[in-house]
Amino acid sequence: MTKQHANWSPYDNNGGTCVAIAGSDYCVIAADTRMSTGYSILTRDYSKIHKLADKAVLSSSGFQADVKALQKVLKSRHLVYQHQHNKQMSCPAMAQLLSNTLYFKRFFPYYAFNVLGGLDEQGKGCVFTYDAVGSYEKVGYSAQGSGSTLIMPFLDNQLKSPSPLLLPAQDAITPLSEPEAVDLVKTVFASATERDIYTGDKLEIMILKADGIRTEVMELRKD
Amino acid sequence: LVQFTIPIDNGDALKNAEADSQRTLYPYVTGTSIVAIKYKDGVLMASDMGGSYGSTLRYKNIERVKAIGKHSLLGASGEISDFQEILRYLDELVLNDNMWDDGNSLGPKEVHNYLTRVMYNRRNKFNPLWNTLVLGGVKNGESYLGMVSMIGVSFEDNHVATGFGNHLARPILRDEWRADLSFEDGVKLLEKCMRVLLYRDRSAINKLQIAKITEEGVTVSQPYSLKTFWEFQAFHNPTAGAQGSW
Repeated sequence: MTKQHANWSPYDNNGGTCVAIAGSDYCVIAADTRMSTGYSILTRDYSKIHKLADKAVLSSSGFQADVKALQKVLKSRHLVYQHQHNKQMSCPAMAQLLSNTLYFKRFFPYYAFNVLGGLDEQGKGCVFTYDAVGSYEKVGYSAQGSGSTLIMPFLDNQLKSPSPLLLPAQDAITPLSEPEAVDLVKTVFASATERDIYTGDKLEIMILKADGIRTEVMELRKD
Repeated sequence: LVQFTIPIDNGDALKNAEADSQRTLYPYVTGTSIVAIKYKDGVLMASDMGGSYGSTLRYKNIERVKAIGKHSLLGASGEISDFQEILRYLDELVLNDNMWDDGNSLGPKEVHNYLTRVMYNRRNKFNPLWNTLVLGGVKNGESYLGMVSMIGVSFEDNHVATGFGNHLARPILRDEWRADLSFEDGVKLLEKCMRVLLYRDRSAINKLQIAKITEEGVTVSQPYSLKTFWEFQAFHNPTAGAQGSW
């Protein structure tokens, strides 16, 4: 008897793009709000940005059922952390936790492409970028998801990040001001929306600063 | 609780990794689309009453929309037996919630979350419940409408549709849905969608029910059929544009 093959896949790609940019005293995290499956749009109003802690915001694209489960795990671990340490988790701490959580399912991965943004213990912006199984890096800016290949080269061009190979290590944080960074994000999403069918509908932008979080919404093309 | 398992011979357990597996491989008796919308007073949900066995229309009296607790409606497309299993899970959930006798009751958001967890969990064990579920309801004046797929993908929106409905009904709803739809207009809109599905989905039958949920409660209409028009010229002489010998 030949081995039966599954006629369903446990994974699906719900599309979408996430971007984050770190500044000297702020962090911008942005994602579109389109959720798709195959060539259909499921909904035009799905937020891919989730606040995990006061200074750590996660944005994930990929398979949304896995993304939701991942957020729940991180949220509950953060709650336990708060009970045990009587303080919020810092962004770098959350970054490590996310990496470990992803690798924990190395052999049945969370199909989630994550960008973690926030402020570090010194109040400077930080962005961490991940692959599906937890390998991560602290960077000055990043894009993940279906539009990442369209956006990343443009961000490289505009933000001229110093090489991580340099010694002594140079800060990857952008010298851009906050309004300039937000404007750049709006520009890259408008462009990605033109050519990536899975990106569009609306853009949600979260700006994290020491005094709190501000959210902006911008309309994108709906085709 | 005694469980009886029917032995399935899948070969030699030494050589075949799935020899003692009884996981879902494919659906057998299936229901087609569910279409649902939020309207002024709550949520409207439409489905036909068919249960297909592959290409055979085996069952024509299946209710695919059921009331859950006081505040929710659950509609299902896909495997009917899995839907019945889900109703059993929800029965237990609602029963245990009622037993607390604390005046609290499960709202549609809670039921939707529960179902999402159940579907995702089964997907994790590679033994999915082969359904796409639509959960609608009203609690404390707030309407809610959401969907969960068989692999656990879930979302909320002002209008949802499963299966063929997602392709044929959603575009109509995107064009004509408004937040202040009256009950009559909502029904008309759903009927428009169901008519298109009747013409174009081969597993749809002309026997449908529309369920309504508001703060007051649930009403499920009696089964009825839609008027159809088959006198379009294109239907009369379908090969007019491309005569052939077969």
